Amino acid sequence: MEIDPDDLFRDDEDDPDNELFQERESTKEFVVYLVDASPKMFTTTCPAGDRKDDTHFHVAVSCIAQSLKTQIINNSYDEVAICFFNTREKKNLQDLNGVYVFNVADREYLDRPTARLIKEIDNIEESFMSKIGSQYGIVSGSRENSLYNALWVAQALLRKGSAKTADKRVLLFTNEDDPFGSIKGVIKTDMMRTTLQRTRDAQDLGISIELLPLSWPDSDFNVSTFYSDLLGLKGDDLARFMPAAGEKLEDMKDQLRKRMFKKRLVRKITFSIANGLSIQLSSYALIRPTLPGAITWLDSVTNRPLKTERSFICADTGALVQGSAKRFQPYKTENIKFSVEELSEIKRFSTGHLRLLGFKPLNCLKEFHNLRPSTFVFPTDEELIGSTCIFIALHRSMLRLKRFAVAFYGSSSRPQLVALVAQDEIISAGGQVEPPGMHMIYLPYSEDIRNTEELHTGSNVAPPHANDDQTRNAAALIKRFDLKDFSVFQFANPALQRHYAVLQALALEEDEIPEIKDETVPDEEGMSRPAFVSALEEFKQSVYGDNYEEENDAVGNGKASETSKKRKAVSENAVKESGNYDWVDLADNGKLKDLTVMQLKYYLTANNLPLAGKKEALISRILTHMGK
Amino acid sequence: MHKALPEIEKVCSMLAEKKLIYSKYDEVAVVLFGTEETENELTKEVGGYEHVVVLQNIKVVDGQLVETLQQLPRGTRDGDFLDAIIVGMDMLIKKYGETYKGKKRLCLLTNAQFPIKYPLEGTKEDQVSTIAEHMNTHGMRMESIVVRGSLTGEANKSVMDENDNLLGIFSKKTCAKLAHVESPTSLLGALRTRKISPVTIFRGDLELSPKMKIKVWVYKKTSEEKFPTLKKYSDKAPPTDKFATHEVKVDFEYKSVEDPSKVVPPDQRIKGYRYGPQVIPISSAEWDAVKFKPEKSVKLLGFSDAKNIMRHYYMKDVNVFIPEPGNTRAILAVSALARAMQDMNKVAILRCVWRQGQGNVVVGVLTPNVSDNDNIPDSFYFNVLPFAEDVREFQFPSFNNFPASWQPNEQQQEAADDFVRMFDLAPPGKEEALQPGLTPNPVLERFYRHLELRSRHPDAAVPPLDETLRMITEPDKELLSQNRSVLDVFRSRFEVKENPKLKKSSRRFLRDKPSGSNEGHADISDEPNSSEYTSAVKVEKVGDATPVQDFEAMINRRDNPQWVGKAIKDMKNKIHDLVEDSYEGDNYPKALECLIALRKGCILEQEPKQFNDFLRTLCVFCQEKALSSFCEFLASKELTLISKTEAIDSEVTDDEARNFLLKSEPKLE
Repeated sequence: MEIDPDDLFRDDEDDPDNELFQERESTKEFVVYLVDASPKMFTTTCPAGDRKDDTHFHVAVSCIAQSLKTQIINNSYDEVAICFFNTREKKNLQDLNGVYVFNVADREYLDRPTARLIKEIDNIEESFMSKIGSQYGIVSGSRENSLYNALWVAQALLRKGSAKTADKRVLLFTNEDDPFGSIKGVIKTDMMRTTLQRTRDAQDLGISIELLPLSWPDSDFNVSTFYSDLLGLKGDDLARFMPAAGEKLEDMKDQLRKRMFKKRLVRKITFSIANGLSIQLSSYALIRPTLPGAITWLDSVTNRPLKTERSFICADTGALVQGSAKRFQPYKTENIKFSVEELSEIKRFSTGHLRLLGFKPLNCLKEFHNLRPSTFVFPTDEELIGSTCIFIALHRSMLRLKRFAVAFYGSSSRPQLVALVAQDEIISAGGQVEPPGMHMIYLPYSEDIRNTEELHTGSNVAPPHANDDQTRNAAALIKRFDLKDFSVFQFANPALQRHYAVLQALALEEDEIPEIKDETVPDEEGMSRPAFVSALEEFKQSVYGDNYEEENDAVGNGKASETSKKRKAVSENAVKESGNYDWVDLADNGKLKDLTVMQLKYYLTANNLPLAGKKEALISRILTHMGK
Repeated sequence: MHKALPEIEKVCSMLAEKKLIYSKYDEVAVVLFGTEETENELTKEVGGYEHVVVLQNIKVVDGQLVETLQQLPRGTRDGDFLDAIIVGMDMLIKKYGETYKGKKRLCLLTNAQFPIKYPLEGTKEDQVSTIAEHMNTHGMRMESIVVRGSLTGEANKSVMDENDNLLGIFSKKTCAKLAHVESPTSLLGALRTRKISPVTIFRGDLELSPKMKIKVWVYKKTSEEKFPTLKKYSDKAPPTDKFATHEVKVDFEYKSVEDPSKVVPPDQRIKGYRYGPQVIPISSAEWDAVKFKPEKSVKLLGFSDAKNIMRHYYMKDVNVFIPEPGNTRAILAVSALARAMQDMNKVAILRCVWRQGQGNVVVGVLTPNVSDNDNIPDSFYFNVLPFAEDVREFQFPSFNNFPASWQPNEQQQEAADDFVRMFDLAPPGKEEALQPGLTPNPVLERFYRHLELRSRHPDAAVPPLDETLRMITEPDKELLSQNRSVLDVFRSRFEVKENPKLKKSSRRFLRDKPSGSNEGHADISDEPNSSEYTSAVKVEKVGDATPVQDFEAMINRRDNPQWVGKAIKDMKNKIHDLVEDSYEGDNYPKALECLIALRKGCILEQEPKQFNDFLRTLCVFCQEKALSSFCEFLASKELTLISKTEAIDSEVTDDEARNFLLKSEPKLE
């Protein structure tokens, strides 16, 4: 059986051509992870401090590993390099001291992440000290400047590609807020000057340098000591820049992980509010199903990629059709023809614009008013100054008055009514959980809504509704079975995890496929707690009554016996009918094809074989069964 | 009613048009009531039933029906909808008898403004109940669309209430749907124009725990009605060929990428899955053996506060969980849970595998749908939630951190409040405008109307949207004019202007910057202020005092790519001068310093050739002018050409680079 890979994860008729699902990520990203590997990164200040999990180095490396895994799963064409500085060993093109570019076989320094890279980075902490080593690179008495060297190496790595087609970033992980603290005098100012110049050079070449500071709760990372100059931060920026130092290392990891993402814009939208007043919004796809990547067809002999060539053939004449510009729809007794332009004209409504139609109270937005993942919009003043101010004002009013906006979005694929729901910012210890902005929820049209609830009405007996007592029992059960702190995205997708575990094992030519834990299975243990069991029993008793088990079984048996009786009768009949033919003879003389499908099925049923397929399939199945 | 008739013509002909495509063998009749004339079988048989006209007897849909529906005659009398219902039922019974249960459908479109006649015996309610029972026994469904509000004139409220009550009986006792519409748009959306027979996605147990299960059926609640897929048209068949299908078949061929002449048969292909840059071949059989295979089941994971599940996390179209029809216990269990969840503001989290062999699990949220109709059991809506991999945690700046100029002031906020409050689509006491359930898809409306038009006028152009459909895509003019003052205040308190910095020309400039060196000869001094990198004094030439610093500053000027070229040129001249002017090598160290700076600059700017050529000519120059001591000096300081490893554009190998100055010495002899 052939499975379309897109089908694997599709429950129903998702439209893969839908523009919304195909994100326009034409630009790729080149990232150099620059990780400070000085002994300070390996210190632990926690009391129970000898676990390596507690070091900043561990936090940095695990953030990188996590982000690499996300990248490889998302099939991005992003390229990364991992570079440690303040190391004992050196490995880089310029042969500069104290900088070590980490890499694995079959991979350039700056390249797409591979299975091996992820595996090695996962295990790097075990061998780091022996292979790469850690030592302070900037010490008094030497003119070495490992930070400068690291930036130079990073910049050289990012020389590849044009700044037009790729975003170039350097992410610097360090817990040292004063890298030149150990030296003094002219040498210090000189070193600082050259390092700043180096950064500026890089920035001028279109490389953005971002700092991911690591700190302990009791000693804040002071950005203004040195890095604010390096990053060009001033005043307000500075305050905004520093994330709240986390209570827990885990929180800091969350914060770093989130900041490692580069926001990707889907598009800019003009939002016309009223009377010619328009503002500009940027839209982002914060939630989209991650699917296993598209397949590539390979030649099974050579394992080399194949390319698919499509040709259009006229069904009537067999002639080759070159790019037919006409489409048709059979209607009444004829074929109504449309040109492609006419069809797109029919679908076109104020393309790219979002037009406000009015506001409604939030309770008008029903649970079933949904068709596909929402899109996030955030204001931008880039082209229209004043957009943000209007957006913030509306956002506040909508939150306060508990209203959402209804707007018409003229997307080219499906012009649609949307609900704009204002979302207030939510911050937790792990950083921003919900960004402030509005979510655009795609509303169904009347054609898209089905009245399935009413489907089975029509008998004269009204269906019962639960009484207060039963509802009370249900409430008790709900209380017992509350998922504390449930977060919407706490589950990893087990099929996707499995998919990539298999691929990773095959890519690394490992024999064992690691087991993936399915996080989505119910908590059996919790369900066997006595409190829960008794609440459940009470609820069951109140809605099902006493003899539920027995009746249920009886119903089951009754049904089963009925269907099995029927099935039995059919197969008996088939055996009988099948006895009327000399199958071996028919098969030998190639006369099976002269029988009808019904007749062939007698044999199949009598021998418990599957009945599916076309006639040829049935015949071949019979022949296989006979051993011919 | 006449006011609503144009829209009724549209919605009814749409129904017929869709039937012509999707259910060609359906049969349709048209009955009018409130007409001057009387024309129906019942009046001939038993008398009465005046002013009811059978405009079209039951027959298979055809083009003529569409045309009939597009030109409904206007009546003159008060309509008695009950008479019309009976006439319609009579026609269905005469034609089909007891057959086609559940497939017989009556669509009643009325303003229900006029009283129905009193029955000969009993009350109106009794009569309606009897008719409703009749409908049930014959398996008929009815949809009543009651047109009200702006679409009808003044009417007697007590009559309308009575009629609403009577029609309500139908919806209580039978499979009848009752909808009130007040605008032309919602009238277009109120009638189901395409019948889709519902199919369950899942029938089985909703497992609260292994010990307690509820029998449920799961259906789709929303599902996008797609734009029809039109076939490609081939005009190759000769026009004389009456049986030509004009269809186009698609043929696929698989060819090796390296050798396009080699065609690979489809069964010799194997699937390759991407993993980073690698493509990993796996056959379907292997894949089946290792892939994730969950068991069919629908299991409860637990309950959570409704506020934990934000609306924007809903991923897909929506399902509905209804208790197994006829199963009282399931109905009760669902009802009890739904009511408790509603009271407590809770939702349930489920893990679902709808079918055996499904490739993945679905985690989603169950929200209560407590029915206010006694005839309909309580149910749940089900929305799919994202997995960890599906969420991108982009970080956005806090609004509070924006500069003060971006923050709305008190007056502005007040104007926004008024605007959000007054620009209201769901004013109390009136129909909520643009309800999803009553708003048709304008694209589909436009397509089917145009299809019908084309069938009669093959050259007709795509017409613009009509007034009614424009209500969906544009703000309501009436609403705008009602709120003129609020809008004007809002408009006047905010200012939006185009960003002057982003003029087209400057945009082009920014874009061209990275590659730009072979652009025309723009005058360097033309762009004095557009520099992003601002140093206090702009260095424009390499001076005598601090040549290295001047050079670095110049090469760092990013306001124009030409500075790089100028810097390199200036520096070369400077070095040349230094060497030439040196007396017993007194300038050598300074020249070396400059050379090192130039070398570095050339590596950074990817201009290795500039440096290498210059060093070569410099050495030749030195040898000619008996300054070879400078070459020796350079060699001793290990200054080399720029090699390929340092700058990719260089044509000099490592060895060549290192040996350049050493080699040049023997030539001296």
